[in-house]
Amino acid sequence: MTTTLVGTPGLLTDPDAGPIRLSHEPRRLLVFAEEAGLTGRGGAGFPTYRKLAAVAAGAQKSGAERPVVIGNGAEGEPASGKDRALLTHSPHLVLDGLMLAAEAVGAEKVYLYAPADLAPSLRARIAQRAPRITVVEAPDTFISGEESAVISRIEGRAALPRDKRRLVVESGVRGAPTLVQNVETLAHLALLARYGPSWFRSRGTRQEPGTFLATLSGAVRMPGVYEAPYGIPLGELVSLAGGPSSDLQAVLVGGYHGAWLPARAEVPVSRAGLRQYGASPGAGVVVALPTSACGLVESARIASYLARQTAGQCGPCVNGLPRLADTLIRLARRDRDTRLPGEVERLLGLVAGRGACHHPDGTVRFVRSSMATFAPEVRMHLAGYCTAEGASDV
Amino acid sequence: MSERLHIDWTACRGRGLCGELLPEMLDLDEWGYPRPKQGLSVPRALSGPARQAVGLCPRQALRLQTEATS
Repeated sequence: MTTTLVGTPGLLTDPDAGPIRLSHEPRRLLVFAEEAGLTGRGGAGFPTYRKLAAVAAGAQKSGAERPVVIGNGAEGEPASGKDRALLTHSPHLVLDGLMLAAEAVGAEKVYLYAPADLAPSLRARIAQRAPRITVVEAPDTFISGEESAVISRIEGRAALPRDKRRLVVESGVRGAPTLVQNVETLAHLALLARYGPSWFRSRGTRQEPGTFLATLSGAVRMPGVYEAPYGIPLGELVSLAGGPSSDLQAVLVGGYHGAWLPARAEVPVSRAGLRQYGASPGAGVVVALPTSACGLVESARIASYLARQTAGQCGPCVNGLPRLADTLIRLARRDRDTRLPGEVERLLGLVAGRGACHHPDGTVRFVRSSMATFAPEVRMHLAGYCTAEGASDV
Repeated sequence: MSERLHIDWTACRGRGLCGELLPEMLDLDEWGYPRPKQGLSVPRALSGPARQAVGLCPRQALRLQTEATS
């Protein structure tokens, strides 16, 4: 993978001029985060300020335990490489952001949750820079980075999502108010503490300020991780990765829980720009699908992967996702059964909203967008044809 | 304050008792898991059966939560 930047200072090119701290007034970080309009970069896009404030407030309730802060670098998403890129190229920004957040909310315990193969180098870096941080290894599963799964793993149990009775910001690790923040969000906090909110807002749009790390893959010349401002037109984003390597028909935005949309160069990559497609930038994943590939074959492959990645806990997910994937495979294989699209719709209704985490809902979003974006292909397949003759089978 | 059913999907194993005790609110899907007919807010008239369903769930996967009425 290539790793490139636009403009400086950049998340992946920061030269490390020594630790960034707001030691005299650690709570100033909350003001910075609010003024900057920073949102979480792990996928959900929740305002970082509100999460910080909720954890800080929870800690002030009488009898409350001191907060726990966790940097989440699990990145189970196969099409995403940005957290790994950050932890490899700019670990200092992640560690600084983590300590800034920990000091801002008055945390007692501070963890960095990261892939096992990165743990040794991160521990070495932490020993010199921020010895309060404990590294906990994240298993290599799609769901390991889900907030409640992270909490479970930090508590020493399997990284599986749990039933949510209370918000994690109020009651997370062993009942303590807990902040789980994606590592890219933490790196943004570090740069924000150094350069300030106006600098942060100088990129991106008014409503969605700042930059994000995009992972581009599929039919692009230079797949890799690139920093870009929110609102960047899709065509420009693809150009950062050297442009398309062949004609594109669609792009998957937001990862395997994201949505397909037609490959239109002018579409702004922002929540506002992608809303009409039922998509959002999510964690910055963009997969380019060439016209030579079959969208249904690719969708069935991803749906099968998602079905295999069920944590195995919730009935509708355990039973429904494999059925959904099998139905998509039949469509992809040009099984001429006209009841298949109706069956997909019925199964989507059966799994939506029926799980402890958002794995069923994310899968529903992905499959729904597959059926909408590749609707002409569905009709072709039901008639026994495929517009991408010669495409690989699922 | 009104009451709301909460299903702990990680605990539920589709034994289906809730569907029998609270058919006004819950269907069972083809695998035996509860499926709300119209949301999970418990009408006052069903408060009794809802409590019974919660108390008798063999997996303790059903709970009643109070929610602020808007």
